[in-house]
Amino acid sequence: MIDERFDAIVVGAGMAGNAAALTLAKRGMKVLQLERGEYAGSKNVQGAILYADMMEKLIPDFRDEAPLERHLVEQRFWMMDDRSHLGMQYRSEDFNEERPNRYTIIRAQFDKWFSSKVREAGATVLCETTVTELARDDRGRVIGVHTDRRDGEIHADVVVLAEGVNGLLGTRAGLRARPEPDKVALAVKEMHFLPRETIEARFNLEGDEGLVIEAAGTISRGMTGMGFIYANKECISLGIGCLVADFQRTGETPYGLLDHFKRHPSVAPLIAGSEVKEYSAHLIPEGGYKAIPQLYGEGWVVAGDAAQLNNAVHREGSNLAMTSGRIAAEAISQLKSRGDRMTAKNLSLYKKMLDDSFVIKDLKKYKDLPTLMHTNSQNFFLTYPQLLSRAMQNFVRVDGTPKAEKEKMTLKSFVKARSWTGLFGDAFRFARAWR
Amino acid sequence: MNAEPSVRVEDKLYYNRYLVDVGRPHVKVRAHTTPSPQLLALLKACPARCYELNDKGQVEVTVDGCIECGTCRVIGEPTGDIEWSYPRGGYGVLFKFG
Ligand SMILES: Cc1cc2nc3c(=O)[nH]c(=O)nc-3n(C[C@H](O)[C@H](O)[C@H](O)COP(=O)(O)OP(=O)(O)OC[C@H]3O[C@@H](n4cnc5c(N)ncnc54)[C@H](O)[C@@H]3O)c2cc1C
Ligand code: SF4
Repeated sequence: MIDERFDAIVVGAGMAGNAAALTLAKRGMKVLQLERGEYAGSKNVQGAILYADMMEKLIPDFRDEAPLERHLVEQRFWMMDDRSHLGMQYRSEDFNEERPNRYTIIRAQFDKWFSSKVREAGATVLCETTVTELARDDRGRVIGVHTDRRDGEIHADVVVLAEGVNGLLGTRAGLRARPEPDKVALAVKEMHFLPRETIEARFNLEGDEGLVIEAAGTISRGMTGMGFIYANKECISLGIGCLVADFQRTGETPYGLLDHFKRHPSVAPLIAGSEVKEYSAHLIPEGGYKAIPQLYGEGWVVAGDAAQLNNAVHREGSNLAMTSGRIAAEAISQLKSRGDRMTAKNLSLYKKMLDDSFVIKDLKKYKDLPTLMHTNSQNFFLTYPQLLSRAMQNFVRVDGTPKAEKEKMTLKSFVKARSWTGLFGDAFRFARAWR
Repeated sequence: MNAEPSVRVEDKLYYNRYLVDVGRPHVKVRAHTTPSPQLLALLKACPARCYELNDKGQVEVTVDGCIECGTCRVIGEPTGDIEWSYPRGGYGVLFKFG
């Protein structure tokens, strides 16, 4: 086994790694994939929404056999203060289509299935194997990996680093920096089990229809963060995440925040009586376009969360991971079929192809948003939600105060909290970062 | 309002499955007499509450309940306060759902 030489070694069997290994194997390359978990998925945490379009590009008929939970017909956004939420809700019968666009999934189960497809395509998949270091020649070129499983190195023409957000190998090898506290969020999550009928009744769903709630506001106590509630078939994924730098600064605890979110009067009835079967935590890249590291080098490429490819605004990560993994593999197999070596110069093809895809284009669009949200977290996550809630209450509560006076009160509360320049400045900065 | 004392992390971790690599902790705290601000932050930031103060006021880590998120690495590795690795292949937390 060790004496064998591979065309490519893929580190990690998450979304990026599986997409890369599948694509390489399908194109006839000799692939070794290494995963530290007991099986593919046993270390992975996600909300989780699967975007069908990117999955179809890898396995066109995945709907026939993949373990999918519910297809989404409704999206809710909640702006929360301590006792209320102001919501926006979009539900459409159009989402009850033959080939639905988004599904909830359970990552440990989905990845296991995805990995079986990678094996079927002909890749060698080795689980329970932690890659400890990259192997390099005397000129620093990456020529393979060291694992904790057996002595010696395993060699390949190219190593695809799909090792997830922590990116330990890349950091150790000096290929990129360790993620910084203000560029990653820590999310904690619980799985709440309830009978199917209860979930469908509470969320107004029929059959396999699904729903997600994204929530922001005082639940993050002034930190940059979001809560989420996703309906699966027989369980609800519920969690909350905030920037690590904010946890560090405030001394808030992740489980304290989660518990507070669960006890919110808008949330508690949704999970009442449920049985919790798992508590997990994971980092999410939040630095956006400006945090993307070097993507290729002599004998290596990096894809997915390890390359910090994550669109925090739209909560997309797995699709960027899948797409970057696939594109990396396509670039590699193009080089291979032309007989080109896996040099940095040649592998720059991967970056060129990725720049042309939605992955980099989307991240570029929001390049200023992460900094804006972070430096103004008090306003965006604490002050505005409270103000909006008060405005809404002024609007709906009938108590004999003349309407004109109510409107004046609302306006006054905004100006008092943020001043006119503050309000206009925020609106302007936000619009510009969104454009 | 800070950490709710009512939240028992141990109860949460009890839901999870682990294969503990006995005697080979994957996270280590550098020996110290007085903990740095970074180390003190870990007492609160670790979602599995793996970090605790001993009776000498030093920060200690017990990795049995670690959910391998990497938060302590991001906070504590730059200053050299901790050494962080993944567990050996197959060991550590085993998510059923994730
Ligand atoms: C709470 C939460 C909710 C999210 N919700 C969504 C969502 O709804 N939709 C969405 O699209 N995205 C979502 N994301 C983001 C999404 O999960 C990630 O972008 C995606 O999983 C990245 O895939 P990846 O393959 O790059 O990394 P991962 O899925 O993390 O895979 C990395 C793999 O590499 C393995 N590995 C790491 N190091 C080594 C090593 N040294 N040796 C061997 N194996 C190794 C790991 O065990 C793992 O299997 C969410 C993330 C979180 C945390
Ligand atoms: S990796 Fe996460 S769970 Fe494990 S000790 Fe560090 S902060 Fe705690």
